[in-house]
Amino acid sequence: MFDSDFAYSFRKSPVAVASAIIALILVVAAVFAPWIAPHDPMDVASLSLLDSFKPPVGMPDADWSNVLGTDNQGRDVLSAIMYGMRISLLVGFLSVLFAIVVGIAFGLLAGYAGGITDTILMRIADVQLTFPSILTALLVDGVITAALPRTMRDALQIYVIIFAIGISLWPNFARTVRGSTLVERNKDYVMAARVIGVPSWRIMLSHVLPNVIGPVMVIGTLGLGLAIIAEATLSFLGVGLPPTAPSLGTLIRFGDDFLFSGQWWVTVFPGLTLILMVLAINLLGDWLRDALNPRLR
Amino acid sequence: MTQHHRHTLEAVAVSHRFDVSRPWLQRIFNRESKRFLRAVDNVSFEIPTGTTFALVGESGCGKSTIARLAVGLYEPSDGDILFEDQPLSSARAQPALRRRMNMIFQDPYASLNPRWRVSDIVAEPIRAFRLATRPNEVQARVGSLLAQVGLTMRDGEKYPHEFSGGQRQRISIARALASEPDFLVCDEPTSALDVSVQAQILNLMRDLQQRLGLTYLFISHNLAVVRHMADRLGVMYLGRIVEQGPAETIFRTPLHPYTRLLLDAIPDLEQVGRSRTPVGGEIPSPIAPPPGCAFHPRCPLANDRCRTEKPAHTTTGDVQVACHAVQEGRDA
Amino acid sequence: MPLLEVDNLTVEFPTRRGILKALDRVSFTIDKGEILGVVGESGAGKSLTGAAIVGLLERPGRIASGQIRLDGSRIDNLAPEPLRRIRGRRIGTIFQDPLTTLNPLYTIGRQLVETMQTHARLSDSEARRKAIGWLERVGIPAAAQRIDAYPHEFSGGQRQRVVIALALCAEPALVIADEPTTALDVSIQAQIITLLKDLTRDHGTSVMLVTHDMGVIAETADRVAVMYAGRIAEIGPVADVVRRPAHPYTDGLMASIPSLEHRVDRLRQIDGAMPRLDAMPDGCRFHPRCPRAFARCTEQQPELMAAGATQAACWLHAVS
Repeated sequence: MFDSDFAYSFRKSPVAVASAIIALILVVAAVFAPWIAPHDPMDVASLSLLDSFKPPVGMPDADWSNVLGTDNQGRDVLSAIMYGMRISLLVGFLSVLFAIVVGIAFGLLAGYAGGITDTILMRIADVQLTFPSILTALLVDGVITAALPRTMRDALQIYVIIFAIGISLWPNFARTVRGSTLVERNKDYVMAARVIGVPSWRIMLSHVLPNVIGPVMVIGTLGLGLAIIAEATLSFLGVGLPPTAPSLGTLIRFGDDFLFSGQWWVTVFPGLTLILMVLAINLLGDWLRDALNPRLR
Repeated sequence: MTQHHRHTLEAVAVSHRFDVSRPWLQRIFNRESKRFLRAVDNVSFEIPTGTTFALVGESGCGKSTIARLAVGLYEPSDGDILFEDQPLSSARAQPALRRRMNMIFQDPYASLNPRWRVSDIVAEPIRAFRLATRPNEVQARVGSLLAQVGLTMRDGEKYPHEFSGGQRQRISIARALASEPDFLVCDEPTSALDVSVQAQILNLMRDLQQRLGLTYLFISHNLAVVRHMADRLGVMYLGRIVEQGPAETIFRTPLHPYTRLLLDAIPDLEQVGRSRTPVGGEIPSPIAPPPGCAFHPRCPLANDRCRTEKPAHTTTGDVQVACHAVQEGRDA
Repeated sequence: MPLLEVDNLTVEFPTRRGILKALDRVSFTIDKGEILGVVGESGAGKSLTGAAIVGLLERPGRIASGQIRLDGSRIDNLAPEPLRRIRGRRIGTIFQDPLTTLNPLYTIGRQLVETMQTHARLSDSEARRKAIGWLERVGIPAAAQRIDAYPHEFSGGQRQRVVIALALCAEPALVIADEPTTALDVSIQAQIITLLKDLTRDHGTSVMLVTHDMGVIAETADRVAVMYAGRIAEIGPVADVVRRPAHPYTDGLMASIPSLEHRVDRLRQIDGAMPRLDAMPDGCRFHPRCPRAFARCTEQQPELMAAGATQAACWLHAVS
């Protein structure tokens, strides 16, 4: 897939290159946050209320040790953003992965088996798609959290969120995979495998799957943007991740309280980062879709 | 092979219907009954071992359905298909017998998995039937198969898109030979190819048949290609074989009006600038075939009997033909 | 003066791997009322030649040099609008897939009427009457009723008949038919070829018939141009090219076609495949596959030269 045409179409698209660079910087900043962040926002002992609400560089009373200022507890906003992105990306990535695995499995099964299996799986997907995915995620999150013993909630919250967002996204993948599977399973190379008696599950995995994975990568990329937004929304609503592991959404919610008292930087910078991240990911996804679609080439 | 079978494949009164009904809910609302397309209607033939039986006909005549029935991709709705005197379904349940039949497809672009290397494509039957297990043994077999079809070991490293249509069809043939078959179903193997490449592939298939003693079921719409390949020939129209017999005889003295029409319709190099009056009419839909003889709306010899009564197969010499006019001697 | 003159037509496709010459100095003429067959294998450039003449080259393809003249005036350098007027009124087109020509949203009658009215001053009722006449001429039964039907209501063969009516109704001087029967069954193909032949003869229309099927050309065309790797290998009267081919490629091509008349043990085959555009050999483009190639063929590209009754681009016919 990563042949020269692909690389060529990438180099020819300034938007794709710019998005990739931005996404790369953000990912590196997030992944290596513990080593490159100027402060450790999780280390409560190092915080001092004397440092609270320092404004970002460019404003009076700012200093270079807190480039983007500090929050009400004196936490460095830049460092908090880097740690927050870590969580946002992790949750986004894992929930999309979960959705992809579920979506591919059900999509392949529905497309290849057809008949009643197809009808049942796809009607479930249809019903779920009539709800906005954030509602589904809210519902799943709420039900599971309520069912969990109180003591375990905080520790398991991140997995619950991943599961809830993943569940809200799987129908998109399943439908795409099913559509491609319907096309591929009637192609002669599948017939050739059936003639020599290759079992259906092996045909699905070794023949059909590699040929339906392309579109999945596209909606997977676009889905990553959606998942990050979903997590931020849940956290902003206060049903997401606990304050012990603040994501970008959590940071925006905290900062929101100070927006109108003049300390706008506490919420605006995490917000901008979120927008930048999702925009870069979506533009990459768009480019990927065009690059993989031979008709648009 | 311990036993000698006179016929590799036999079809006895085989029919195949496709369910072309609309979805269940729509059917209920519109009070429709189920609808079937009779793709193959009471077809019988046998293929003597080591020979080529060709089926020829235009689109919708059911020849590709028979190709798929013959390798067990479809189950016949009625009738029996026998592979070396055993019912095909039980033959296909035994890997040792299933191995001995394989298929070559029309479209060299769709018949090779674009994500697989050529060596893996050719090795698939070897692995599926465990004809070799150690990697270097498999590779050696792939190499000799590629050599047999005029490709090299190094071609195995490439992906299908790096090859031309003719080369892909060679790969397809190598894969079909990999299970060491005795019987190959060839569904329009050269229809997608240019003529000079077609000649290469047809020559290759004839060579392989002679060298390996293969039996072919050869499906084509191209009568000239069929003439080049076939020992015996069946001409199909709307699901039925209207005429079958030794290819030489049929080409020399075609009996059925449809066979004559087909032979006459082919533009021929040896008749530069000929003018003619082609037979009119269209091929009817197989969902609602005409009553009686399906060919009667286009047949110059049709009379009232043809419009109502389906002609049975009668044997004249070596040739079986289903036509009232021929049987009544109205065809002169 | 010939109706159509194609003079040293060169078509290029700029790609990132360099400029690919898809047609290289192709020259031929079509006389008034003549049917010229253009035959060749896929990738030989036959469809591209037709597309270049009607100005429908797919981007980024472009005419790099050469001229195309219709009735003596150049049409290769026209602006899109005048070119569009010529296409339709002076040059009709028939493609392999009728659905690329027919608009699925309009009745065939409306399409015929509009085509005729853009090219001639006709009242609605007059145009409709003429449209019915054309449908009858191309053999659509019950034309007066069928005129208000949509393209999907016709079978494949009938659609191609409608396309022929559409291509001819503006009474063009030239029709370019690109594989008009390839998608059809043989019995239908015979009907369409006969129809095309009869109609163009009646109207004195010239035809450029592009096809890979030598049999179709043999039956239909007056002259034939055999194309190979973006060049004309041989051009001449059909009977001569078929019976006494002068170019080794034409010879091999004819011999590789299985015959209905007699069965041979082995077909004569041309080994190898046509070179790709980005890997054209030096000298004659056919020499790596040619059984009769000699030193000169590997060095120098032959131009068309007299070879018996035909013209062939082959050094075997060079006058030394």
